[in-house]
Amino acid sequence: MYSRQELRKKAQDAIGKPGTLGPDINLEDFDKSDLPHPYLSDQELMSLPKAEQERLIMSGLDLTEKERGGTFFQKDSRVIHCKSKQEGIEVIPIKQALEKYDWIKDYYWKLVSVETDKYTATAELNLQDGYVIRALPGVKSIYPVQASLYIDKNGHQQIVHNIIIAEEDSELHIITGCATSPHLKKGAHIGISEFFVKKNAKLSFTMIHNWAEDMIVRPRSVAQVEEGGLFLNNYICMKAVKSLQMYPTTHLVGDNSIARFYSIIVGAPDSEYDIGGRVFLKKPGTRAEIIARTISNGGNIIARGHLIGEVPGVKAHLECKGLILNGGRIHAIPELEGHAEGVEMSHEAAVGKIAQEEIMYLMSRGLTEDEAVSTIVQGFLSLDIPDLPPQLKAEIDKAIEASDKDMM
Amino acid sequence: MLYIEDLEVELEGKRILRHIDLEIKPGETHVLFGPNGSGKTSLLMTIMGYPQFKVVGGKILFKGQDITNMPINERASLGIGMSYQRPPTINGLKTRQMVKICSKNKEEDEDKTVELAKRVNFVDFLDRDVNAGFSGGEIKRSELLQLMAQNADLMLFDEPESGVDLENITLVGNSIAELLEKQIRPENEKSIIRQKQARSKMGLIITHTGYILDYIIADKGQVLYDGVLSCTTNPREILNCIGQMGYKECVRCIVDKN
Ligand SMILES: Nc1ncnc2c1ncn2[C@@H]1O[C@H](COP(=O)(O)OP(=O)(O)OP(=O)(O)O)[C@@H](O)[C@H]1O
Ligand SMILES: [Mg+2]
Repeated sequence: MYSRQELRKKAQDAIGKPGTLGPDINLEDFDKSDLPHPYLSDQELMSLPKAEQERLIMSGLDLTEKERGGTFFQKDSRVIHCKSKQEGIEVIPIKQALEKYDWIKDYYWKLVSVETDKYTATAELNLQDGYVIRALPGVKSIYPVQASLYIDKNGHQQIVHNIIIAEEDSELHIITGCATSPHLKKGAHIGISEFFVKKNAKLSFTMIHNWAEDMIVRPRSVAQVEEGGLFLNNYICMKAVKSLQMYPTTHLVGDNSIARFYSIIVGAPDSEYDIGGRVFLKKPGTRAEIIARTISNGGNIIARGHLIGEVPGVKAHLECKGLILNGGRIHAIPELEGHAEGVEMSHEAAVGKIAQEEIMYLMSRGLTEDEAVSTIVQGFLSLDIPDLPPQLKAEIDKAIEASDKDMM
Repeated sequence: MLYIEDLEVELEGKRILRHIDLEIKPGETHVLFGPNGSGKTSLLMTIMGYPQFKVVGGKILFKGQDITNMPINERASLGIGMSYQRPPTINGLKTRQMVKICSKNKEEDEDKTVELAKRVNFVDFLDRDVNAGFSGGEIKRSELLQLMAQNADLMLFDEPESGVDLENITLVGNSIAELLEKQIRPENEKSIIRQKQARSKMGLIITHTGYILDYIIADKGQVLYDGVLSCTTNPREILNCIGQMGYKECVRCIVDKN
C-alpha cells in the first residue's frame, strides 16, 4: 500500500498525461471547486423540484426508496444523502471511509493505477467524494442499493472515486444513475470505480447514464473477481454527451469466476462515444461474455471489446451488434487474444440497418411504418440478462422505452 | 370481395405474373396450386401490398375499394391478413407481443393470448423471439396463431400445412377451417344454409399436397403456371390431375376441357 503522499506524488507526475483513447480534454475548462449543497433528510429528498426528480427517476433513482436497499446521492461535489436500509450492507462516502477505516487502504487504488492518465491523477489530487458500498460475508441484498451522481451546476467538474466490495458468499446489487440537471449544458464527470468480487460472491452493477450535450465523461474502472464469483455489469446510455470514453477492465483471477457485460447505447447527433469492455481470463474454468447493442441515431460510436484468454479451459464470447439509424457512424472493434491451447473464444459483430422485410412483415400485422421501426428497435435493444433482479430489469426497460421518443 | 382484373406484376424488372383475373366472393375459399417458382407466393405478396412486386397493369379491388396502390398496413386494417411461407425473424420481439400486435390488444390480456396459443399447441413458444430458430412446422403454427389474433376477412395462406407433423396437422387444418368458416363437419346446430349465409370470410390457400382439403371445404381450385392463372375448377379434380399427369399436361387438359 502506498501512503497517500506517495499516491499524490505519482498523481502529480501523471497530471498532464492524456488518455490512450478518446479526445484529450483540458480539465482546466471546468470548475471543480466545492459547492456546499446541504445534506437532505428523507423528507427533503422527496420534495426536490419536479424537473430534477424526473431526471433522477430516469436514471433509475427511486426517491421513495421503497424497493431499494440503500441510497447514495452526490450532488456536484457533495454527498447530500447516504444510508443503508439493510444490515450487512454498508454505504459510506469514500472521504469518510478514508478518514475512519483502516481497511479501505486494501482497496483504494488497488486495481486502477493512479498514474494511468490525467483523469486518474486528478481523482487523487482533487477528490470530491464518491461511495464505498460493501456487502459483508454471506449477506444477500434484498433490494438493490441505488447510487446517484448528479451534476447540478453548469460548468462543474465532478470527481469521484467509488469502491464496491462483495465479500465472500455475498450477493450485492447496485443501480447507479448519473445525470445532470435539466438546465445544465456543460460539465465533466470523472469517476474511478474499483470492484472487488470475492470468493463465490455475486455482484450486479447496473449503470444508467443521462448526460447533457456538452458533457465530458471519463470513467476509469477495474474489477477483480475471485474463485466462483460473478460480476454482472450493465451499462445503459441513451442520451447525448459531448464525449464519453470508457474501457472498463475485469480480471478473472479465481477459478470458475465469471464476468458478463451488457451494454446498450443509443447515440445522439454530435455525440462521441468510445465504449467497450476488456476481460482477462486468468484461471481455468473462467467465463466471460461481452454483449453490446448500439444504435447510431446520428452519433459517432466506437464499440470495443477485448477478451484475453491466458490459460487453457476458458470460454469467452463477444457480441457487438450495431444499427445505423438516422445517420451517424458505428465502428465495432472486437478483439480476441488467446495465449494458451484450449481457449474457446468467439465473436460476432454486425453493423447494419433495419431490414425492410421485417418492417413490412409488421406492417402486414397492422402497424404503421413508424410503429414497425420502433418495435424492431425496441426488440433490438432488449437483452435477456440473466441473474438480474426484477427492479433493475424494470429500470432498464423503462430507459429503453423512453429512448424511443428521442429517436422517432 | 376480392376482385383482381388483368393484373401484371414485375419483380426487379422481370414480369412474374401475367393477366391474372381472380374473384373471391365473401364466404369463398380458393386453393392455389402450381409448380415451384410459378409465382404463387408473388401473387399473395402482391395482394398483401409488398412494393417490390410492382403492379404494372390491371387492378386489385377489395371490399369495393381500389387497393392497387395502398400501403401494406392499410390493407391489413382493411381486413387482409397473410400466413407466410418464410417470414423473417424479429430479434427481441416475443411471440407473445406479436400476437398482441396482431389483435391490436395493447393492454395486458394474457388469457386471450394463451387461449389462442393453446389451440395451435404453441403456448411454450410465446416467450421466444418471433420466428427465431423456429422449425418449419413451428413457423406455420406461429403464423396461424398471428392470423387467428388478427381476425382478417381475407386470409392468404402460403403453404400452411407443409412441414407440419401428423399430430399438429389436425390442429392446423381445423383452425384454418374455423377461421375461414369452412369446417367440413359443422360444430353447431345451425342449418347448413343458414351457415352459408352467415359466412363472410374469404381465403386463398397455396398448397402442393392438398392435405388441407381434408379439413376444409374449398370452393374453387386454381393452377398458376408460369405466371399465368391457367384454370379454375374443383380443387380435388385439379389435385388428381396434377398427380396423374403433372402440371404441364394438367394445365393443358383442363384448358382443353373448358
Ligand atoms: N427476391 C427475388 N429476387 C429474384 N427473384 C425472385 C425473388 N423472389 C422471387 N423470385 C422469383 O420469382 C419467381 C416466382 O417466385 P414465387 O416465390 O412466387 O414462386 P412460388 O410459386 O411461390 O414457388 P414455391 O412453390 O417454390 O414456393 C421465381 O422464379 C423466383 O425465383
Ligand atoms: Mg412460394
